[in-house]
Amino acid sequence: MKIWLVRITFLALFIAGVVWFDHVRSSRPSRAELATRDNILLLGNGTEVETLDAHLATGVPEHLVLSALFEGLAAPLPENPDGDGPGAAASWEHSADYSQWTFHLQPNGRWSDGKPLMARDFIYSFRRILSPKIASEYASMLYPLKHAQEFNEAKITDFAEVGAKAVDDLTLKLTLVGPTPYLPGMTKHYAWFPVPQHVIERFGEMTERDTKWTRTGNLVSNGPFRLKEWHFFHSITLERNPYYWDAKSVRLNGIVFFPIQSDNTEERAFRDGQLHATMSLPLPALPRYRNERPDVYHEDPNLGVYFYRVNVTSKQADGKPHPVSDKRVRRALALAIDRESIIRNIMRAGQKPALGFTPYPDSIGYKDAPGPMRFDPVEARRILAEAGYPDGKDFSAFEILINTNEAHRTIAEAIQEMWKKHLNIPVSIRNQDWGVYLDSQRRLDYTVSRAAWNGDYLDPSTFLNMFRTGDGNNETGWSNARYDELIKLATLEGDPEKRMAHFREAETILLDELPILPIYWYVRSTLRRPEVKGWKPSVIEMRCYKAISLEPATR
Amino acid sequence: MLNFIISRTLQGLAVILAVLVITFGLLKLSPSSPFNGERNVTPEVRAAQNAYYGLDKPWPVQLWRHVSGFATFNYPPSYKLKGRNVGEIIAQAFPVSVAIGVPALLIALALGIPFGAMAALKPNTLEDRTATIASTLGICMPSLVLGPLVALIFGLKLKWFNVSGWFDADDWVLPAMTLGLIYSAYVARLMRGGLRETLAQDFIRTARAKGASEPAVVFCHALKLACLPLLNFLGPAAAGLLTGSFVVENVFQVPGLGQHFVSSATNGDHPLAMGTAAFYAMLIVAFNLLVDIVQAMLNPRIGLKT
Amino acid sequence: MNPPANNSRISESPWQAAWRRLRRNRFAIGGATFIVVLMLVCWIAPGYSAYGQSQQDLNLQASPPSAAHWMGTDSLGRDIATRVLYGGRMSLLIGLAATAVALIIGVIFGGISGWIGGRLDAFLMRIVDVLYAFPFVVFVILLNVAVGEVVKNWIATSSGLSVKAANEWRSQAELLILFVAIGAVEWLTMARVVRGQVLALKKLEFITAARSCGARTPMILSRHLLPNVLGPVIIYASLTVPGVMLLEATLSFLGLGIQPPAASWGTLIADGAKEIESSPWMLIFPGTFFTCTLLALNFLGDGLRDALDPKSLQ
Repeated sequence: MKIWLVRITFLALFIAGVVWFDHVRSSRPSRAELATRDNILLLGNGTEVETLDAHLATGVPEHLVLSALFEGLAAPLPENPDGDGPGAAASWEHSADYSQWTFHLQPNGRWSDGKPLMARDFIYSFRRILSPKIASEYASMLYPLKHAQEFNEAKITDFAEVGAKAVDDLTLKLTLVGPTPYLPGMTKHYAWFPVPQHVIERFGEMTERDTKWTRTGNLVSNGPFRLKEWHFFHSITLERNPYYWDAKSVRLNGIVFFPIQSDNTEERAFRDGQLHATMSLPLPALPRYRNERPDVYHEDPNLGVYFYRVNVTSKQADGKPHPVSDKRVRRALALAIDRESIIRNIMRAGQKPALGFTPYPDSIGYKDAPGPMRFDPVEARRILAEAGYPDGKDFSAFEILINTNEAHRTIAEAIQEMWKKHLNIPVSIRNQDWGVYLDSQRRLDYTVSRAAWNGDYLDPSTFLNMFRTGDGNNETGWSNARYDELIKLATLEGDPEKRMAHFREAETILLDELPILPIYWYVRSTLRRPEVKGWKPSVIEMRCYKAISLEPATR
Repeated sequence: MLNFIISRTLQGLAVILAVLVITFGLLKLSPSSPFNGERNVTPEVRAAQNAYYGLDKPWPVQLWRHVSGFATFNYPPSYKLKGRNVGEIIAQAFPVSVAIGVPALLIALALGIPFGAMAALKPNTLEDRTATIASTLGICMPSLVLGPLVALIFGLKLKWFNVSGWFDADDWVLPAMTLGLIYSAYVARLMRGGLRETLAQDFIRTARAKGASEPAVVFCHALKLACLPLLNFLGPAAAGLLTGSFVVENVFQVPGLGQHFVSSATNGDHPLAMGTAAFYAMLIVAFNLLVDIVQAMLNPRIGLKT
Repeated sequence: MNPPANNSRISESPWQAAWRRLRRNRFAIGGATFIVVLMLVCWIAPGYSAYGQSQQDLNLQASPPSAAHWMGTDSLGRDIATRVLYGGRMSLLIGLAATAVALIIGVIFGGISGWIGGRLDAFLMRIVDVLYAFPFVVFVILLNVAVGEVVKNWIATSSGLSVKAANEWRSQAELLILFVAIGAVEWLTMARVVRGQVLALKKLEFITAARSCGARTPMILSRHLLPNVLGPVIIYASLTVPGVMLLEATLSFLGLGIQPPAASWGTLIADGAKEIESSPWMLIFPGTFFTCTLLALNFLGDGLRDALDPKSLQ
């Protein structure tokens, strides 16, 4: 009897405890709600940033943090981040052929420690990133500057020869290799950002890679925000920079970037109310958000192209050239890819089938770009037969090289199936670790390899330059003298219309020879809470952080 | 005893050195370069990078640089995470992994030992089968399934804990629970096996024959010996738990040590891969030493042999 | 399972007794039957499936179970039932082969170390320590990448192979490297368990007694030590099989396991876990097969242990 009573009491207490615990825990306000109250933006940011040194950074996560901390000569416009508004430079003018530029710095431009920002800071920064010793991966972004490449390759040692001069404290004069109408857009890239000499040299030499100048408490920047805290692999917290020239238009009190590597984890964190906006969205969850949550789902075109490289120099085991070295075979392969089906069934967002290599050409002023890509299995079979492989007969098997990733694998499996079904060509898939994959691609140790390219600035050259003979990013073994000549002509052409005509002709050659098989043009699908205002889409992931604000939903 | 510890420590140092050398060798066999990026850089830049990190030197020189760096606590910088040295990266991540690993270990023991012992004492009964099935479920539940499940149930559905992140004082609960549940299944199985084995042995029969009560037999005689297989497992398991799990850190967004093991190995970040491997080796050596001492204390018939 | 009879003078050898005891254990026999049936099904049934392992139907992707697709389809519209069967082949092969590798190396290594003891023991255990001291997954990654690339390059450069043969060889090599890499880490615990057991047993009364009765070492090993060591070894082996299968799944998660479009239960579970909310059947079916197999292996392992232990409760 008594034991019975004790048991019941225990059970009751236990249940009461669970109910109480549930009540207390489940009614906590979410982190995003609390942050909205404090006017702090919480962002998912992909992988942890490898460095906050703008001259050593290489990735998108770094770009997103650095562009809140620093500001180049031009800055994203609040209403259109892809436009070029005043940044560290209040205004600029150029010569008629776009090869001489003069930038006038903000008269009240300052570093976040109060020191004035001068033209010579930019000269110092350009000298630093171009110094051969620091071995910056993105130094080539500054190659439009006259003699920059020679300096970077240690062919000249006197920086005075490079086309960048400080005329006075607030005037910067840039002399370029050739006409570059898109120069202001380029200066929004972190490679062009100024870095503080007085801080860097307190922690080491100019060209040292591993100093502590980018740490919390040391880092000094010139953008709308400054570094408050950096918990490695956990969060980067920025606060408002009171010395910023346009500090009064900055609406947020702070931004926190979270390195969330897994998109599934990020999506759960968003649903749990821990983030205001995500960096990505996992494929399986995409249709649900796209159809049911238009209030948080955002889908914007992105200046990127997903494509397959074809190694035109591939050999069969017996030493003879592999069939894919024949451009008719490549053409057949390209025609047998059902791009619509890949987008509709696998990617499931609003990606666009790649008509040509340069994505969304109209958005970057590249009108009437060639777009011959289509899906035509009958024609594909015909061309394959013409090339000597009727119904895939005698076609030596090859592999699609991918780096390890769910989406790449799924696409490769679908294309494998399409080539098997439409062309009867045996294909297998080979995945490698990122590093190994890059190396295989570089050594041309592949037949067909998955690739992607994102534009750095709004000009076709960011896509078409890479297929010049010997370009580091060509990686297909393809070479065409006329193509090289056209790209060269375009870089020297001052007239925008004629430039584009050269690009059009070059891309037509590229899409006829097909050392690459374009597949689709990117869109970026992300989640964003409705209280985030003033966030405008950009095709190259520019964000105008100062225009973003948080308005709590009224109940 | 002291001699034993000293000689084992010296052996441990040799083990760590061997680990460093083997890791370096394996990394060098891999074709991947730490500086590979989606975009190619000019050969000049590549050469300058290699020169900066001493990668243009012969292998033995590189190895010596790293090893002497670790030996003198003058840690080499990571290739990938620029401006940070290996010691600093480990020092930041290790406490987080400990904060998850220790509770996980406690959960594993608190669940595993009673259930395993219960199953062993009542073999082939309903309790035994239930415990076996439950622990098998635990064993074959990969953390990459259990993690998201735990996050969905306790994070998103019940809203008891944050679904991910490392902010609040209670953020260790879900990752520790995930790891603890998985390890408890192993503990229960080893406990059951060990205890049944022991109970069948002669000296237990002797004790029983002498008229010792069943609890006395179990607690005074059997349990000590029964823990031996478990102990053998716990040494490395503890080291594994304390250095974090890649999958769990990935699912719960925890800044622990586990991810550095995997990413440094796949990125070809030599100093970090060598550093984490050596650190893990250090823990393993320490825990194995501990296990051997405890084992000798539990069962005097196993001497302290070096 | 029919162990060779011992040349014993008694009418029933210990192994025969074990077999008799095993037959009486319904769970163990059930487990064994399940495994045998599963193996047969996985080997035979896929040939009769209406679908191929990698046959896609992009209009029918991620569809729930139906009459045409008993277990539904995955995100590429492939029949999950077919993939589960093919995956079963692969997983059983990996699980059993890698465990066999681990078992053989581990028992020999641990047994020698524990029995001989002394300096040799210390030396062998330091080797184990060194290998142990590698973080599990990292060791497999490095082995897979490093050894894999070396072997594959060697295959690629060795002349006289047709493309087809080279590709064939390469995929065989990939699988073999996976076995070796997994086996190379899994035998370590086995060796330690065996050594610990041998050390403990070596000094127990009945061994000493047998020795003082003048029994020779091989006799002691086969009659007294081996049966006593087998218990923990079998338990540990029954833990190793799922461990291997799980490790393979983790490797697939990191992209180093089975190469697509081939599947294993590990890859199917890893894929299904990502769609746990949107399409649970992608996880449930391979997960169920995986779990049942492991349960069966465990019951069999337990049954063998009880049967092989001469002093087990009658």
